Amino acid sequence: MQPGRQTDNRLGWLLCAPALIAMVTVTVYPIVYALWVSLFRYDLRFPENRAFVGIDNYLSVLSSAVWWQAVLNTVIITVCSVSAELLLGMGFALLMHRAIAGRKLVRAAILIPYGIITVVAALIWKFAFLPTTGFINSLVGVNLAWLSHRWSAFVVIIATEIWKTTPFMALLLLAGLTLVPGDLLRAARVDGASAWQRFTMIILPIMKPTIAVALLFRSLDAFRIFDTVFIQTRGAENTETVSIFGYHVLISRLNMGLGSAISILIFFCVLLIAAAYLHGFGIADALTGKEEV
Amino acid sequence: MTRSKTSLDRLCWAAGSMLAVCYALIPILWIVSLSLKPAADLGDNRFWPQRITFEHYRAIFADAQFPAALWNSLGIALVSTLLAILIAVFAAYAVVRLKFTGRGLFIAFALSVAMFPPISIVGPLFNTWRVAGLYDTWLGLILPYITLTLPMAIWTLAAFFREVPWDLEKAARVDGATFFQAFRLVIFPLAAPGIFSAAILVFIFAWNDFLFAISLTSTNQARTVPAAIAFFTGSSRFAQPTGSLAAAAVVVTVPLILLVLLFQRRIVAGLTAGAVKG
Repeated sequence: MQPGRQTDNRLGWLLCAPALIAMVTVTVYPIVYALWVSLFRYDLRFPENRAFVGIDNYLSVLSSAVWWQAVLNTVIITVCSVSAELLLGMGFALLMHRAIAGRKLVRAAILIPYGIITVVAALIWKFAFLPTTGFINSLVGVNLAWLSHRWSAFVVIIATEIWKTTPFMALLLLAGLTLVPGDLLRAARVDGASAWQRFTMIILPIMKPTIAVALLFRSLDAFRIFDTVFIQTRGAENTETVSIFGYHVLISRLNMGLGSAISILIFFCVLLIAAAYLHGFGIADALTGKEEV
Repeated sequence: MTRSKTSLDRLCWAAGSMLAVCYALIPILWIVSLSLKPAADLGDNRFWPQRITFEHYRAIFADAQFPAALWNSLGIALVSTLLAILIAVFAAYAVVRLKFTGRGLFIAFALSVAMFPPISIVGPLFNTWRVAGLYDTWLGLILPYITLTLPMAIWTLAAFFREVPWDLEKAARVDGATFFQAFRLVIFPLAAPGIFSAAILVFIFAWNDFLFAISLTSTNQARTVPAAIAFFTGSSRFAQPTGSLAAAAVVVTVPLILLVLLFQRRIVAGLTAGAVKG
């Protein structure tokens, strides 16, 4: 078996090499580069002023109110949209699982938001809520400039996020729902368990790993939110998220040093969220166990 | 599952299904209706157009910006998809079929790339691309798209490859086929549905991306549709080009909706392949 094992090693790494090289050059190298640049005063408009400043960039980001405001905004958007998506997504999943006639119709319908460009979804809802072009104000009977106030702007942003990404959540949950054995539900029904009891005591525990994975994916995704906020408010009215903040410093103000420090901090936030989920739900074992199949 | 099919039960599920359809369709109907309103009616705050015009569609195709962006989006997304899938097929095959040392490490690495926040690499790429001459080129966008979709593609493909009857490959090798012949003639046709599922997901990612598109491009040479829509100014600098934006939104949405509806089974299979395996 020894020679076969060696061919496996050679061929395995040969086949993985292109993917590995691509991932290292376009993600690992840039993040190391960002880590390096974040230790310098480095503004592309004044490149001659480049100087090593140690952790000064981090200190100025961490002591700025704008950064913490952006973190708070991002957390608000993430928590509100992901929890609403979980509830709504579960509803759609149950609907697709149980409705016999409407199953294909519902699946086709909820896939539509998934296929739409986020920028377009943001525009659709922006135009719907704008007092000049929109129909929402006349529908609800209010006269509100939704995107000109902080909290109502959050409502529009979160509504857009929910609309666009609930289908993804619903499809993942549906896949988990099909793992629940029908016999078990029937037996519980015969024993007199109500629909609610069957849901909380059988379906939810069996679906826990699926729910955890879906929440992890969506939370990481929601924390990176950029497109919707950029289109709808560009971060005005105190709705700036961490990604928008990073973009403004890096690309609009061309401050590479400070911007890289922000990039690295966002990277750590994402690591933290991932670690919290993997630890809290115990899905680390599930994921690594699955890899060894 | 069996259930008592009382008529009330049925009615509830039917109503739920109707709600789901409305959820998906009302925003789409809204943007279509907005794009058909004459410029004078754009501010009438109604859902349905009172008069219908195609002036906005004519306007966006008369402008140089939009057709260029459409071409860039299509080209960049297609090339990224082809390359990403090609690279991912080899890696997924290795992960599923070969017990090589460091395999678990490779999977863990790919998984961590999947969780990567794109904003963290935008700055370095912006800086490096300007020096390397990749700024505002197709390749400048294709490279990050390939990389960021690789984990998803490898993950999805690996899930499908586990279902392929690999003994057929051994039989082909015994009959004298080379490794690549066995792969191309025996395994590829069996794995094609999975490859197609992964390809659709990669294409949607590349077609949808906005952050790299606005950070790494500046002109019609490589600017894709999402970026063009964000910076679309229209003919007048003072009036909001609402009609043109709505028309542009409809033009880029319709093909994707058709794609999604046509291949819905493949998309659902792809999305759920890696995520939920017992």
